[in-house]
Amino acid sequence: MTNLTEQQLVNAYRRMKTIREFEERLHIEIATGQIAGFTHLYAGQEAIAVGVCEHLSDADSIVSTHRGHGHCIAKGADVLMMMKEIWGSTEGTCNGKGGSMHIAEVGRGILGANGIVGGGPPIGVGSALASKLKKNNTVALSFGGDGSSNQGTTFEAMNMAVCLKVPKIFIMENNGYSENTGASYSSGGIDIAARAASFGMPVFEADGSDFFSVYEAAEKAIAHSREGNGPSVVYATMMRYFGHFEGDAQLYRAKDEVQNLRDNSDCLDKFRARVADDKLMDLAVLDTVDEEVMALIEQSVQEAKLAPRGTAADVTTDVYINY
Amino acid sequence: MPIKTARDALNEAMFHEFARDPNVFAIGEDIAGGRGGSSGDIGCVGGIFGVTKGLVAEFGEERVIDTPISESAIVGAAAGAALSGMRPVAEIMFADFFGVCLDQVMNQIAKFRYMFGGKSKCPLVIRCNMGAGYSAAAQHSQTMYQMMTAIPGLKVVVPSNAYDAKGLLISAIQDDDPVLFFEHKLLYQSECEVPDEAYAIPFGEAAMPREGEHCTVVAFGQMVNVAAKAIDSLQEQGITCDLIDPRTTSPLDEETILESVEATGRLVVVDESPPRCGLTGDIAGLVADKGFSSLQAPIKQVTAPHSPVPFAAELEAAYIPKAEDVAAAIRETLA
Repeated sequence: MTNLTEQQLVNAYRRMKTIREFEERLHIEIATGQIAGFTHLYAGQEAIAVGVCEHLSDADSIVSTHRGHGHCIAKGADVLMMMKEIWGSTEGTCNGKGGSMHIAEVGRGILGANGIVGGGPPIGVGSALASKLKKNNTVALSFGGDGSSNQGTTFEAMNMAVCLKVPKIFIMENNGYSENTGASYSSGGIDIAARAASFGMPVFEADGSDFFSVYEAAEKAIAHSREGNGPSVVYATMMRYFGHFEGDAQLYRAKDEVQNLRDNSDCLDKFRARVADDKLMDLAVLDTVDEEVMALIEQSVQEAKLAPRGTAADVTTDVYINY
Repeated sequence: MPIKTARDALNEAMFHEFARDPNVFAIGEDIAGGRGGSSGDIGCVGGIFGVTKGLVAEFGEERVIDTPISESAIVGAAAGAALSGMRPVAEIMFADFFGVCLDQVMNQIAKFRYMFGGKSKCPLVIRCNMGAGYSAAAQHSQTMYQMMTAIPGLKVVVPSNAYDAKGLLISAIQDDDPVLFFEHKLLYQSECEVPDEAYAIPFGEAAMPREGEHCTVVAFGQMVNVAAKAIDSLQEQGITCDLIDPRTTSPLDEETILESVEATGRLVVVDESPPRCGLTGDIAGLVADKGFSSLQAPIKQVTAPHSPVPFAAELEAAYIPKAEDVAAAIRETLA
């Protein structure tokens, strides 16, 4: 059973479904050539972002990654503005300056997606340090993958978080691939959770395809850190449905790998099955959520296509000084 | 002579050098690709822009080494191997990621030869893609070579076309000092005549793809092509220019620049980097110092603005210097 109320369940499902449809739609739109740049989709891993962020308020912070859409939506970012940002509009989250890899809403505790693998964890330590100094009972999270677990910055951040005993939770998402190379090769066969544990932090493991599993692991980790016991780790495993970036031919993946994931490890299917098995609520409510999410995504794309574009004068704003 | 893309020309250079010297090896992220993947198709990537494609099939997994996402360790491993008798060709996926491994580049490899009293060699190449034009935003679009040029102990190569790219990469791999090799994202698809055989283009020798009498234009990397377009557009108005492509920013062919300015009396310097502490100011300073008496007009600099690279297509297009900007600067020197 679960201690989640129906409203909490609906909220969580809505967020996961929103991420899924946001990414599925982007996959289609990017193929038409309308969206420039490098876009890294999160579909498949929704249960991790949502299972974690459902425990947070706007006062808590997250630092995301290059695969950041899911984290941002889970933390409550404005979906309409996100879509406009990815289309490059001045009405986007970052006025069109940042794009997919740099979506941020600092007011909502989203300290930015990040184009540098391993760039986020040290920033998360700093945000957690601010929580500690302000004594405001907030926590800071950073998301990172199996890839970033091989960057020195991640280890430096883990060690410093322990050293400073700050309320920092490292969310380690193993999606199986460091870009186009398998984690089983690039991570030297070492258990990523065990690495984190070796710094003296508690590690809570979860099935990254199961919202309830992630939710429960994150609940323990966040409680540990919020109660002043220092940093902690959530380690969750789930592969992505799409390539490293849109346009990636994915020849490194077996042909049936993604279909198997979609058929057998889909977080939305699992959520619905759990709701039905445990009779948590009427599934028709989720059907309604599906319709509302589809309408929201459609609206976001239509608005993004028509949203205003910047001009040369916008290039040199927000850089303190011009020469 | 066959027409080839710069991607293929660079790939050929790698094949030539791998075949010539068994101490040459490549190391970086996804340069073969597919290791540890469920398809088992090792070599399916060949580098993010395909420059190392086919190397693993031809020369084996020992010499084409995929790494974790660990830029400091990639450069450090290349440095240690170079000090130990190998000739690594490391790849940093995007030039921006020099930010991650700057210690290894700036404090380690750049200084070995000097700090060790000239008694060591550090024959390594670090290749990377760079530059704007892909809407890759602020952390994946920087030029970076202007910053690296400021570091004593590094050689810095910025090819502008497929022919030069091949000959310069061969020289880089054969060089006994650390060489940073910057490949513009828009360079890869550009084509020109490229011989099948191996050839080396020496460092510190500028190319002059246009010759004229009214103004000297010095441009770097992709901006050479932009400047050429500008110069060609002015021909109808009876304005002709020398266009100098230094090809390597360190060593720099000062002589060719000074001789040209002596003949034309005017100078425009073009670069895709921001204006402060960069190459346009560097070249302007050189000419002001050593060629001042040749100048008949103020030197003009055409650069990107002092801002990070914006994401949106219109903003990025406004960021990148255009042929019209260069043509206007040339006309201004003649006004």
